[in-house]
Amino acid sequence: MSIFSSRRSHRDPALAARFPGLRGLEIAAAAAALFLVFAACFPTLLAPFDPLAINPADAFQAPSAAHWFGTDESGRDIYSRVVHGARPSLLIGAAATAIGLGLALLLGTAAGLGGRWLDFGIGRILEVLFALPGLLLALVFIAIAGPGITTSVVAVGLSTAPGYARIIRGQIAQVRSSPMVEAAVVLGRSPARVLGRHILPNALAPVFVLGTLGLGQAVVWASSLSFLGLGAPPPAAEWGAMLAAGRTYLGTAWWMTLFPGLAIVLAAACSTVLGRALQRRAVSR
Amino acid sequence: MADQLKPVRWVLAKVLGAAFVLWAVATLIFFGIRMIPGDPAEAILGGPGSQASPEALEQVRRDYGLDQPLLAQYAAQLGRLIRGDLGDSYSLRMPVADLIANQLPGTLLLSALSLLVAWLLALGLAGWSTLNGRAAGVVASGLEIAAAAVPHFWLASVLILLFSNSLGWLPPVNTGSADGLILPVVTLALPLAGFLGQVMRESMLAAMSSPFALSARARGEGESGVLFRHALRHAALPGIALSGWAFGNLLSGAVVVESIFARPGLGRTLLNAVTLRDIPLVTGVALVSALAYVLVMAASDVAERAADPRLRTA
Repeated sequence: MSIFSSRRSHRDPALAARFPGLRGLEIAAAAAALFLVFAACFPTLLAPFDPLAINPADAFQAPSAAHWFGTDESGRDIYSRVVHGARPSLLIGAAATAIGLGLALLLGTAAGLGGRWLDFGIGRILEVLFALPGLLLALVFIAIAGPGITTSVVAVGLSTAPGYARIIRGQIAQVRSSPMVEAAVVLGRSPARVLGRHILPNALAPVFVLGTLGLGQAVVWASSLSFLGLGAPPPAAEWGAMLAAGRTYLGTAWWMTLFPGLAIVLAAACSTVLGRALQRRAVSR
Repeated sequence: MADQLKPVRWVLAKVLGAAFVLWAVATLIFFGIRMIPGDPAEAILGGPGSQASPEALEQVRRDYGLDQPLLAQYAAQLGRLIRGDLGDSYSLRMPVADLIANQLPGTLLLSALSLLVAWLLALGLAGWSTLNGRAAGVVASGLEIAAAAVPHFWLASVLILLFSNSLGWLPPVNTGSADGLILPVVTLALPLAGFLGQVMRESMLAAMSSPFALSARARGEGESGVLFRHALRHAALPGIALSGWAFGNLLSGAVVVESIFARPGLGRTLLNAVTLRDIPLVTGVALVSALAYVLVMAASDVAERAADPRLRTA
């Protein structure tokens, strides 16, 4: 949420000029994001080993030339597992973000266009969802629906929806009362045309930005659920599940915890930097 | 006259809003759990693995009123909740209200300390980068983004590795002593400081280039004087506005942090209850968290008005 409320300052060109290093940061984030997406699409091109092949003789090897990130309790290569983990981890995050944004679009558009009572009703629904912030809503949902990958994806999507919905509603309300829409109405355009040609395209512009900004948070939350034993089950090469396995051996095999976590941090940081870059461009346009 | 009525109306609206939120949370969980296939009587006895006898299941159905019509059960449940009776935990066989009363202080202490540390870190970084020019701004921005991107569960593990396993300075799990609080507080505070710092620093920078800062400089005030006497208050404003959100972030993070550091608290209780599908305990923790969140939101509204005179005239 905080990243969204800081939006106003991006309209200030002087402020952007104050951060000359920002450009370099954005290029680095774009490169890292490309790398992660490449790893998710073609893991076998980057990973030298099978992520699931068990080799007990090689268990608990520290990072070396043969195993860059070391090996885990069954002798599996951590580097290969981190690379192969990109696909499930990013897919889970993307699916959760899509669910959250989809739900938010439905609620936000209905609230922004549907008149006072609908706006009031949806506002109350959002208030209820906001009252169980972050993982709490996800956990309550899992308590009802039971653990597993699918429920954890829906749970994370559900927890992100109210924040998106509030922003989309605000955007629609703003466009709706703009002179442009007023002019279209005065010119006698049909409501459907005003909605389809003027309100929706303008109001939905931030959705792409929100998705990019929110993807990192969704990856973090989904991996948190896996870490807590409520998402992807342990043998899977998913970053959160790898960290859950590493927790037992924290004292002896630090590499089992360090590297999958770094991958999550990288994904989340890329999503923030790229999201903010898109946001600045969308606003200045 | 109208001005005198305003606070009364405000309080009334907040109380009604809170009551609605609590009713909705209780109702959603009640009907949600009944939409899922599975025998609630079996869940009470420990899930499908418990191999409960048909007689025991029958007994539980009678004891918990599960043989009643659904709406009668719902009415009975709401009646109990209104009287403050949160029921008994399935897994711990104890009143949920007592369990929560035991766990709440630990989580509140952890959250309050973390919020304080996050504020100090965010303001400190904002102040330092504002006084030290462009390069410091880039460094601060990078630090904030990195801190905000770090998941609690990983940060906790790395801190344990560093300060407990390698350096041996701090205990890796809760020992009941005060130094056991340091790592959990830092774990919760760092990511939050990253989020808060981003908004606070921007607000501080904007204040430093505003006309009132210029006039303070013209009166001969030094840069640090302008910062402390004028810009600091502006940097604090978005922090106050976001304190409800920050509290939510801490409650959510407490689930992870309390379970890693084996600290008693609301978050760990909720996680255990979810894992065991102990619905009365889940409902109880959800209601108490929602109530706490609504209260903090109301308090941050009041604090925002107190700190920003512009909101009062509007």
